[in-house]
Amino acid sequence: MIEFRLEGRSGIAPYLQIVQQVKHALRLGMLRTGDQLPTVKEVVGSIAINPNTVLKAYRELEHEGLVEGRPGVGTFVLKGLDGPPPHAHAALRRSLLRWIRNALEAGLDHESVEALFDSTFREAAEEEIA
Amino acid sequence: MSVALEASGLGKRYGKRWALEHCSFELPTGSIAGLVGPNGAGKTTLLHIAVGLLEQTNGSIRILGEQPGSASVLPRVGFVAQEMPLYKSFTVDEMISFGAHTNVTFDLPLARHRMEHFEIPLDQRAGSLSGGQRAQLALALAFAKHPDILLLDEPLASLDPLARREFLKILMEGIADSGATVVLSSHLLTDLERVCDHMMVLARGRFRLIADTNEILKNHKVLIGPRERAGAISGVEQVLQQTTTDRQATLLVRTNGPIIDPAWMVNQASLEDVVLSYLDSRSATDGPEPELHAIRTEVAR
Repeated sequence: MIEFRLEGRSGIAPYLQIVQQVKHALRLGMLRTGDQLPTVKEVVGSIAINPNTVLKAYRELEHEGLVEGRPGVGTFVLKGLDGPPPHAHAALRRSLLRWIRNALEAGLDHESVEALFDSTFREAAEEEIA
Repeated sequence: MSVALEASGLGKRYGKRWALEHCSFELPTGSIAGLVGPNGAGKTTLLHIAVGLLEQTNGSIRILGEQPGSASVLPRVGFVAQEMPLYKSFTVDEMISFGAHTNVTFDLPLARHRMEHFEIPLDQRAGSLSGGQRAQLALALAFAKHPDILLLDEPLASLDPLARREFLKILMEGIADSGATVVLSSHLLTDLERVCDHMMVLARGRFRLIADTNEILKNHKVLIGPRERAGAISGVEQVLQQTTTDRQATLLVRTNGPIIDPAWMVNQASLEDVVLSYLDSRSATDGPEPELHAIRTEVAR
């Protein structure tokens, strides 16, 4: 069983924080196929958040095919999260390298590259969820 | 979408002063709404009208589709008044029995069980309970009605931070069980941020913002960039707050699209920043009347 925590000042919607924490636990193997997620009541009783938020997070995870809600029983992990296959990794790395060279050539330093990456990534993540 | 609480053109006048004006909203069933505003904004007035303790001057309001205070709706409405008034000389058990006698539907075993669970002796006088214990008793009495909607007027104000968190846990557990709609008034924004899926921002008797919290977070950003370009920015619907130095501008804005101009650094606005900007008098009087976001987001259960 895992526990959630909520970062109040992050500006990230609370349901998204739960989604991210479940995925994180899946990636690190703290949650495995067949494991049960905490019930809605357990989550709200431990971190004092809105039950709808937990439901929304679990629905989102269900939608992504990561977990399965069994009515009256609970929510269970369907599959773990592995990273992309090694060859996909290498290809992505190559294109990222090209992009970084372009950025450096254009005069961006390390921090501005990071800032640009973060803000673009957030935008993409928001679009995907919306 | 079913609506738990709705108002249309609602107003309340005390003598010459309007405590509440032009209030129109629909709150979906199953939502947990934070009613936010400074003291004297009209929060208590609105809640008292909603439960039938006060009558409005004009406009209309429906709770669970019915007239507030009608005999058919009262058993379905839970209300915890400000300061959680209890009869001080009553014991805890007498308060619970009193609740059972005065309510058609009242789950006596549930209320007693809750007191046991929190280790509050049934024979203790209500007047000698701690703040946290009083809050537990008031919640136990409210939940024992198995209400479909629960209205709480500043339940957190008299509690210390630890008791506040504990109160919210118990409240949310109860809601997880019952699926009741909740309206919770408070001026403690950080506490509301955790639990509320809707925000109703009230200032000087009028609503400044009513919206789903996820929508609020999505549609509001903090932009930092060069001052001379702070005019019309593509993707910005309205500037809510602006601070400038000789060169730099920091804007809290409501967006209607992505901000693509690279001159602006786009940061996520916190719910607290957004709510405060709507409460701020300048943004409320200078600009056009902030248009109320319709709250139509379905709350699925």
